[in-house]
Amino acid sequence: MFILPSSWCHQDPAPFINDDAVSDATLPTKREITTRPRPSDVAFRGIVTSFGFINLAILTLIGAFLLVRGFQVFRVEGFSFLTDQKWEVTEESGVTSGNIGIGAMLSGTLLAAFIALVVALPISVLTALMLNFYAPVWIRTFFITIIDLMAAFPSILFGLWGFFVLMPSAEYWAKLLNRYFDWFPPFQVDQPFFTRSPFIAGLVLAIMIIPIITSVSREVFSQAPLDRIQAAYSLGANKWSMIKAVVLPFGANGVVGGAMLGLGRAFGETVAVYTVLNLVYKVNWQVLFGAGGNVASHIVTRWGEAGEYEVKALLAAGFVLFILTLAVNFIADSVVKRTVRKGR
Amino acid sequence: MSATAISTPTPSKPWVPTTKQRIPGITVAIIAIALAYVIVEVTPLKGKLGYFITFVPLITILQFLLARIRSNKKIAQDVLVSSFMWTAAFFVFLPTFSIIITTVVKGLPGLKPEIFSQTMAATSYTDPIGTGGLLHSLVGTVFVILLSIFISVPLGLLTALYLTEIKGPGSGFIQFIVQAMSGVPSVIAGLFIFSAVILTTPLEASSLLGSFALSILMVPTVTRASQEVLALIPNDLREAGLALGATQWKTVALVVVPAAKSGLLTAMILGVARIAGETAPLLFVLGGTDALNLNPFHNFNSALPLYIWKGFLIGLPESVQRAWTAILVLLILVLTLFTIARVFGPKKGKI
Repeated sequence: MFILPSSWCHQDPAPFINDDAVSDATLPTKREITTRPRPSDVAFRGIVTSFGFINLAILTLIGAFLLVRGFQVFRVEGFSFLTDQKWEVTEESGVTSGNIGIGAMLSGTLLAAFIALVVALPISVLTALMLNFYAPVWIRTFFITIIDLMAAFPSILFGLWGFFVLMPSAEYWAKLLNRYFDWFPPFQVDQPFFTRSPFIAGLVLAIMIIPIITSVSREVFSQAPLDRIQAAYSLGANKWSMIKAVVLPFGANGVVGGAMLGLGRAFGETVAVYTVLNLVYKVNWQVLFGAGGNVASHIVTRWGEAGEYEVKALLAAGFVLFILTLAVNFIADSVVKRTVRKGR
Repeated sequence: MSATAISTPTPSKPWVPTTKQRIPGITVAIIAIALAYVIVEVTPLKGKLGYFITFVPLITILQFLLARIRSNKKIAQDVLVSSFMWTAAFFVFLPTFSIIITTVVKGLPGLKPEIFSQTMAATSYTDPIGTGGLLHSLVGTVFVILLSIFISVPLGLLTALYLTEIKGPGSGFIQFIVQAMSGVPSVIAGLFIFSAVILTTPLEASSLLGSFALSILMVPTVTRASQEVLALIPNDLREAGLALGATQWKTVALVVVPAAKSGLLTAMILGVARIAGETAPLLFVLGGTDALNLNPFHNFNSALPLYIWKGFLIGLPESVQRAWTAILVLLILVLTLFTIARVFGPKKGKI
């Protein structure tokens, strides 16, 4: 129960009328009835709206500052900044010239994120289906806690765990894959060097994006129209037939959106990738070979000893990464929204 | 009580399989275990991985065949898919479990009371455990968290109010912006504050700038969590406030927000849990130091993630031990926040 403060009402409650003090001043004036918002409301709406738009300002400023600071590099290097694989900055008598590009880093980012998606997507979707339709309540509660917990783990924890615990095992798995699935081109390696490969980085990223894909998928699946689910059951479908006929067609878009959200996460991950990936300035598509690239890790790696021009180049690389994640998020958001709106 | 002839039926669960019905399933499991054992013994497969990659496919196939023999194709498919699902869930469970166990096992040996009272000012990371500590990082983390709360909670809450209470013409767009902000890579947040503040103004790296960078990551979390809570507040309360003649401002300030108080607190805690372990942005804007700095607005400061990062990069046994211990402290901090948020958080269908 709320105790209503007296200041709530626009008119004060009628005061106890004292014979001595009856005057016009104590009588409440008639309240004007209007649809015009009161000054306090105008101020309130104005303040809240402006705070809402501060978010837009921040996002714009991020892009603007990174672009302005890195603009010189974009102008000097041109389009080859995105495709060049070299990262060489030379400084001669005050004149800095560089032959730099983030081609290898960018392709490495895409590769590791793609591996992460290939590993995480089936696991997440199956887990989401299990939690929504197969699991008893206690298992569902338990797993939802686990998934939320995974999402709350600091990324540096994934990094250290990936380096000390996962990598020794994953290296062994990589050797097995290389030995038994050699006919599959990406699993071939030129030299038997399996440490800190895109494969391992992809596995760590997969574990990091499982929570978000699972929770988005679960959310979307749980919105599958109940009448259609019950119709399927009443026609004699078992759980999987029902899922195939109702839930998957309904949730497919949402799963794609969730996967893209996960992809966006994987693009931007820094420290967890840094610990388990060997940065090499050469495009490498052999996923098991210990050489890869990552824009975010690259920025952190070069930051310490970067000169003025190189800092600008790193900011430019940051801008590219920012635009990349923004685009992925934009697509993901619109895809998920379309599904959710379609729901009951 | 008088003994009457009326007997109450004992509750039964006809859907629970009887012991007799369970026998084929158990038999299949035993056969799978036995076969896995034989295969691991006979073939060069070894160790836990060997058992795993023989047992899981075996039990999946055997259950499928059993279902196929006993009933029709559809049911067999259902059995097959459900075993895939349980396997997938196992892969979700395993890393989480492993991460927690590893952190506790590796971090515990270094968890001594001295680490909370000493800094690394006079100690090298490679000195034996027991000297030096992470007090400076803990203080630095507390500083950035508090400052981030001061910045992000008003911003996040007001954004959430804009999205739920005002629902202005731009709210769909702002919703998207918040979504996009939650996808901004943490390293970009650090780069942005570096280029916008350190390169532009005379301000130097400090806890304040660290909290600027972290706020960019915290605001979307706070906004989305607050929004969820505010959406749970029944509309009746808002309408009651308005019907009593309150302005919208009074309704929001005196009815909606107080009713959502615990949920908003949860939103704040979730935001803190999100940023407590962030490393990448702090590499650019916090400076990093080994000594205690009690002024959050001036001079370089440290934070737990930076301490862990440094310990890891040095890579020697003692420094890595320090890193694990700091991770354990950080994990305990995050888990505590997480538990508080869970216990006091909003429950669906109940305010």
